[in-house]
Amino acid sequence: MISQRKNQLSHWLIHAWFIVFSLFCIIPFLYIISISFSTESDLAKYGYQLIPKTFTTFAYEYMIGSPKALINGYLVSITVTVLGTILSLAVTSMLAYVLSRKDFRGSNSLSFYVFFTMLFSGGLVPWYILIKKYLHIDDSLFALILPYVIMPWHVLLMKGFLSDVPLALIESAKIDGAGEWRIFYKIILPIAKPALATLALFIAFVYWNDWYLALLYIDNQDLTPLQYMLYRIMNNIQYLSTSLQTGNISIDISKMPNETARMAIAVLAAGPILLVFPFFQKHFIKGLTVGAIKG
Amino acid sequence: MEHTSHRAVRRSNKSGGFWRELSRKKGLISLAVPGLLFVTVFYYLPMFGLVLAFKDLNFTKGIWGSDWVGFNNFKFFFTSDAALQVTRNTIVLNLIFIALTNIVSIALALLLYELSRRAVKVYQTTLFFPYFLSWVTVSYVTYALLNPELGVINHILNRLGWESINWYFESKYWPSILSLAFLWKNVGYSTLIFYTGLLGIDKSYYEAAAIDGASKFQQIRNISLPLVTPLIILIVLLQVGRIFYSDFGLFYFLPADSGALYSTTDVIDTYVFRALRVSGDIGMATAAGLYQSIVGFVLVVTVNFIVRKVNKENAIF
Repeated sequence: MISQRKNQLSHWLIHAWFIVFSLFCIIPFLYIISISFSTESDLAKYGYQLIPKTFTTFAYEYMIGSPKALINGYLVSITVTVLGTILSLAVTSMLAYVLSRKDFRGSNSLSFYVFFTMLFSGGLVPWYILIKKYLHIDDSLFALILPYVIMPWHVLLMKGFLSDVPLALIESAKIDGAGEWRIFYKIILPIAKPALATLALFIAFVYWNDWYLALLYIDNQDLTPLQYMLYRIMNNIQYLSTSLQTGNISIDISKMPNETARMAIAVLAAGPILLVFPFFQKHFIKGLTVGAIKG
Repeated sequence: MEHTSHRAVRRSNKSGGFWRELSRKKGLISLAVPGLLFVTVFYYLPMFGLVLAFKDLNFTKGIWGSDWVGFNNFKFFFTSDAALQVTRNTIVLNLIFIALTNIVSIALALLLYELSRRAVKVYQTTLFFPYFLSWVTVSYVTYALLNPELGVINHILNRLGWESINWYFESKYWPSILSLAFLWKNVGYSTLIFYTGLLGIDKSYYEAAAIDGASKFQQIRNISLPLVTPLIILIVLLQVGRIFYSDFGLFYFLPADSGALYSTTDVIDTYVFRALRVSGDIGMATAAGLYQSIVGFVLVVTVNFIVRKVNKENAIF
């Protein structure tokens, strides 16, 4: 009896501890949301508050009222994420499939060729010069997509998934006269659907959250993805007003909600991932744990 | 049947076997071609650019035509104060991150293990949530907390009767700030990995221990911890292997590239980035990058060697 009560108590202590820790994880972001729904004058008077003194959607209305920069940012981010994910998923899974084929003698040396890049790289500068001076893809959507099409880590993950496919399945398809491409599309892809979903999620996450390629290669304001726009705004508050002004509607800068609008953009940029993540968490976790243990 | 005969033929004629294998598998190999092309262009071609570390780059002459300067770029980098500072910051901060994040996540994983699956799911989601934010977004969070006039932390300090702190100009606080931010973003992921490791432990150990009257604490000490130790060692070693590299976004966005903070926040990656983009010293930036790649490579190989010795199955290659 006593030990059970003691058990109960320790359970409550554990819960209490996790509740505190969960708050530690969530409250900082709640501040961002709260600020975006506050009025500028309240912020100036009281500082940042966890709950807005006066609730207003002014910052959001303001952004939606002069939406060119924001819509443009979304468009660039969505385009890059969709095109990048499709391309990367196709190329990565094809490569990983070849590396996973146990009956292919070259798979070991090819694997070494691919995974060696995880151990040694040319570093930032040669990579930068290659893309800018030799491939000439800077300041284009290509610069935001192509460098991430193959990530060795993703190949490794997919190879791990695909090495579970029984060779007998492939052999029997071959006896039926199917070519390698046909086997890949008609047999491998359908059975690897869950793995593909997980991988697609990883890739989309990389593209959506990326600011690095834009920081390095994008000067053209029309090609600014959301995350990079967010950085530019943080770096230079003027950027917000100038990028909003490029819309057709003329706006009164003195009324511009600087602080709240910044935070509203942060919420809008993080929003899609945060909305989607609870639904895909299961897939994501599966990929992470498989990757961590096999990798 | 057919398979074994092929193998026999291959053995008898090794080099011929290689080309035969290539032609026999050309359908399969063609599937890998696009991927290999991307690997070659974006990972191997830049390696040739490393010669820049020994050159004085002049774009009109091109990379190959530029003048050789021997080890001058390295000399320039290593005799500056920056080399020591960025190396120290990179290693020390990474060591703090590794220790802090792993200790906290192991503790959380052990506690999660005591709870029901449903509770685990709820807490896991909340702990995991910051992992999905980009470092840019996280920099907004730290800005909201640390803003000198409006920020939450200074507001609390004032309430308690303390002076405001000008966070973006006081370098001594930044190792702690960066560590907390790193913990905040990564604790969910790290906890999940250890929790998964715990789930792999055979339940009967605990049942037997409980029958023998072992307390929860004794079970943790004598069953859980020893059995996840191989996983802990593996993860720590992997992290140590990457100790010369840092999460660029964390070090670039959170301190808002404030020069006053470089003494504690500047790491090799941010230094190379600035040398390339701000001061435009391409030769030295390449040299610093090569230094990072080589030491990083040696570290990974050494760590792998150690892992192999400890447990061959866990070795990466």
